[in-house]
Amino acid sequence: MSILIYAETENGIFKKAAFEVASYAKGVADALGTTVTAVTINATNASELGKYGVQKVLDVTNDNLKTFTAKSYTEVMTEAATQENSTVVVLSSSADSKYLSGLLAGKLKAGIASNVVKLPISISPFTVERTAFTNKAFQQTTLTTDVKIISVSNNAYGLVENETSAEIIAFSPSNTTDAVEVVSVDKATDKVSIADAEVVVSGGRGLKGPENWHLIEDLADVLGAATACSKPVSDMGWRPHGEHVGQTGKPVATNLYIAIGISGAIQHLAGVSASKVKVVINTDPEAPFFKAADYGVVGDAFEVVPQLIEKLKAFKAANS
Amino acid sequence: MKILVCISHVPDTTSKINFVENDTQFDTNGVSFIINPNDEFGLTRAMWFKEKQGASVDVVNVGDASTEPTLRKCLAIGADNAIRVNATPTDSFFVASQLAEVAKNGNYDLIIAGRESIDYNGGVVQGILAELINANFVNTCVGLEIDGTSATAIREIDGGKETLKTSLPLVIGGQKGLVEESDLRIPNMRGIMMARKKPLSVIEPTGNDTHTEAGNFSKPAPKGSVTLVDANNLDQLIELLHKEAKAI
Repeated sequence: MSILIYAETENGIFKKAAFEVASYAKGVADALGTTVTAVTINATNASELGKYGVQKVLDVTNDNLKTFTAKSYTEVMTEAATQENSTVVVLSSSADSKYLSGLLAGKLKAGIASNVVKLPISISPFTVERTAFTNKAFQQTTLTTDVKIISVSNNAYGLVENETSAEIIAFSPSNTTDAVEVVSVDKATDKVSIADAEVVVSGGRGLKGPENWHLIEDLADVLGAATACSKPVSDMGWRPHGEHVGQTGKPVATNLYIAIGISGAIQHLAGVSASKVKVVINTDPEAPFFKAADYGVVGDAFEVVPQLIEKLKAFKAANS
Repeated sequence: MKILVCISHVPDTTSKINFVENDTQFDTNGVSFIINPNDEFGLTRAMWFKEKQGASVDVVNVGDASTEPTLRKCLAIGADNAIRVNATPTDSFFVASQLAEVAKNGNYDLIIAGRESIDYNGGVVQGILAELINANFVNTCVGLEIDGTSATAIREIDGGKETLKTSLPLVIGGQKGLVEESDLRIPNMRGIMMARKKPLSVIEPTGNDTHTEAGNFSKPAPKGSVTLVDANNLDQLIELLHKEAKAI
């Protein structure tokens, strides 16, 4: 009966999304009068999940599952859901969890709601609120199946501590093969990804060329932020596609989003609107981004950003 | 190689989003509809398979008659056949099960869908479809090569990319990167004329099972106005971000 979550790790360490999913699932479990069970795969310290209300951890250690492969992970989750009789499964909105979610919905014959932003509005019927039209609207969705899957938007629910002593149980899935095999992974290990970042610094055409991107990167370094860009910048090849944020690129739901030299096309604004605090720096006071931002600076990025970097360094030094 | 490209018919990215019928329906008044951008990248990649590797390309949509201009546009771009499943796309499971029927009947080797549609953003139709027809599956696919029955795909992951090896039959959740924005094709007059003669078959849905029910829409509360900070007083910005917004 317990609520099942997939608690994601990176090199054995839990991602923030794992704790957020645990926090959310605990909220659902309280409403349903049940508990939260997590599945972890090759995690080094499974007991950390107890802090966010997880009562039981099905702890998988298996060399075949070292890299994420969607079908084998779907099998693991299916076996766990069956063993635990789970009627609600909660997943994050990471690239891996999104990859898994459709397969798992098919396998468990489960109704699924993606991009859910808060606890269910009602338990019976089971109705959640999700975003639609790239954050331009919300929609209520009722899941009518016995097993239900909720994919929670990153950074929408936040972390809620709920100190619990988690019982760790070794779990050995029977089927760990996958016909999709990972050949190589190309990932910057020294940089935080847009999906995992607390702060994102993003540049647009106002930076005039890829040779000026050190401004974005230096500001991101000071803030421990991920770097991103607008669609024209990625279309012109100044920056890789993986950095393009907006409606057809990546969605951003971070605590702080700083847009530099980005005018704020409707598609861009939709893609970043789930961010909590938005700052715009632009020479044009008429730029649409000023209508969507919380804080704005009308000024030339080439003058404002270097100053901001210096001042932030001083601020960080004084506050650390 | 037989390719099926799944096409969503979605509001243009610049559309104003409003609702009617007590906030239960999207207001299509004055809205122009397009091929879902994620699907269009996939369709263009399919055209390359057609031109370079002799593949056949069919397109399919689950929708009412109003989606036919979008399917005709796909034919004008170069698809060979279009199929419309004559039903309202009520939920992800329903759409996936209709696509699964079309996929099974057509014996496709490669099925290209988008990462998500830009209207409801569910992003799960392609995964459910892969599960229903027991095909291999790669989501957020930004590169794909097929050699015989083996496939090499590049998947976008959080913070990077990975290269995957698998085999046909294969379902793809595609996006920009499969081809570049500049590779997208605008139908020319010859393509548009030819598209009128190409087959667009309308088939009735199989079953009507759904797993979810759509409820009311609402719009986010209007945002307060921006606080402007003088470019010569950036200390104030840092102060605001620290004390007021608590963002740093």
